[in-house]
Amino acid sequence: MEILVCVKRVPDNEENEIELNSDGNDIERDDLVYSVNEWDNYAVEEAIQMVDEHGGTVTVVTVGDEESEEVLRREMAMGAEKGILVSDDAFENSDGKGIATILKSVVEKGNYDIIMTGAQADAGAAEVGGMLAAMLDLPYASLVNKIDVAGDKLNVGREVEGGDQEMNEIELPCVLSIQTGINEPRYVGIRGIRKVASVEIPSFSASDLGLASDSVGEAGAQVKKVDYFLPDLGDGAEMLEGSTEEIIDKLIEMLKAKGGLQ
Amino acid sequence: MAQIYAYIVHKDGVADDSALELITAAQKIDAGTGVTAIVTGSGENLDRVCNEMAESYKEVYKIDNDAFAYPNAEVIRKVLVNILPGDSIVLVPHNTFGMDLAPGLSIKMDSAYASDVVDVEGMDGSTLKIIRQEFGGQVSTHVNVDISGGAVITVRPGPFAPDESKGAGGQVVDKSGDIGDVSAKRKYLETVVQEAGDVDITKSEVLVSVGRGIEDEENIEVANELAEAMGADVSCSRPIVDAKWLDKSRQVGTSGQTVKPKVYMAMGISGSFQHLGGIKGSPFIVAVNKNPKAPIFQVADVGIIADILEFMPELTEKISEG
Repeated sequence: MEILVCVKRVPDNEENEIELNSDGNDIERDDLVYSVNEWDNYAVEEAIQMVDEHGGTVTVVTVGDEESEEVLRREMAMGAEKGILVSDDAFENSDGKGIATILKSVVEKGNYDIIMTGAQADAGAAEVGGMLAAMLDLPYASLVNKIDVAGDKLNVGREVEGGDQEMNEIELPCVLSIQTGINEPRYVGIRGIRKVASVEIPSFSASDLGLASDSVGEAGAQVKKVDYFLPDLGDGAEMLEGSTEEIIDKLIEMLKAKGGLQ
Repeated sequence: MAQIYAYIVHKDGVADDSALELITAAQKIDAGTGVTAIVTGSGENLDRVCNEMAESYKEVYKIDNDAFAYPNAEVIRKVLVNILPGDSIVLVPHNTFGMDLAPGLSIKMDSAYASDVVDVEGMDGSTLKIIRQEFGGQVSTHVNVDISGGAVITVRPGPFAPDESKGAGGQVVDKSGDIGDVSAKRKYLETVVQEAGDVDITKSEVLVSVGRGIEDEENIEVANELAEAMGADVSCSRPIVDAKWLDKSRQVGTSGQTVKPKVYMAMGISGSFQHLGGIKGSPFIVAVNKNPKAPIFQVADVGIIADILEFMPELTEKISEG
């Protein structure tokens, strides 16, 4: 089983309060803590578990700058055997379709049975997996929270509304977008990352991949982000302030009035 | 302006709430263009939904096939490509079906893709100006989409008010003969229904609901103690279930349970739209979070900036004192 997992280096939602920069055209990126996109990490764990059971290789790929190499190494420390960095100034400001176009050219250089993405990343678009599948003419399942190998096919569960699970049979090769909670990703320590520190990670540019410059990056983008702003708070919450004791007294009054204390 | 189509998600003969919200989204894109509803399915349930939609849409495409009794996005995508003009604007709800269908549809129709749109500002030439959110709703973005070659747009359920004006007196047009090849390399097998847990949170009047702010499995006990003092039940957001600290039957959200308590205590929950989508009936929402930018403060009635691990025990103690 040859599995390619597409991963992304993103600002860690848990570690950061996202704020706007002074120009308001981007978020303040200077002091952000970055990590691997949470959904992608579940995908890598799933791929490693499948290969442990059925044999094969897990390859992780990312489109990004040189700093993105750190997330590849992190995932390789988990057990992914190979890493591929795809990096070129021409890729800057690619939209989802641009990223999928780049990944398609990577997929075509290999021979993969399964291509995985996280169900979504920091922009919350949940788009690259489905686009990639369509470009490659491969079957696709999104929001996957269970994978069983069934002969030369897979049985995959999709998370649907209400906590239900939609079971599908899907042919190989295929593209799957992985939902969080599908497994429990293993812990990666500093020692694990040190072990893979010297593994060579090939880097491909746009020309290495034979990509026309107008198909990716700003030039190829149909979807362009203009700026960032803080959402309208609407009425917003009444913020309780003061000492903890004052806050709690006030809150208890409110809870009594609203039937929250029984 | 190209024709706008709205894909209607439905279940058991009843259209999803998104069906009428898409009309509002379409009017914000172009008030002058009529919107055509597309309903796929089979048998009586399909007819029921088509007739319901004809009250709100001028034109309803009915696409009837035994294979569509359960919607398989891999097949529906092919059908839409076969039926719709290439420069169409196709609106789809941003739910688990829309996410399965839409990104690939934009590739197959060779059109632009705008995902999880929360508002539409309008057209400027062939540029559609929309608003999205990033980082779990912490920041919004203005986005320009070049729709000169058509567009597939997923619309977030909720932010667009449903158009309940009815009275469209629409026509149902049977397009079942035009669907073409409906084979697919993915086959629907069955739906495994969420098992009931030890507590049915959909019936709880008061919920103490915990999110990432709980930090560690052993801290769940802190929430249990508060819930006990309040006479409440404990529920949670998705990361707590992903970490296996609470059973999935305790999860509030579109991919979990839909709850309708009188009081909802959101403890260390940031408030993603998927989570908020599981809270109905306008409860009194108390949000405690150490991040003042957490989106939950936009929807809560009362907000407190604090670490729940310090706040909850103090609240428990005070309530227990009476």
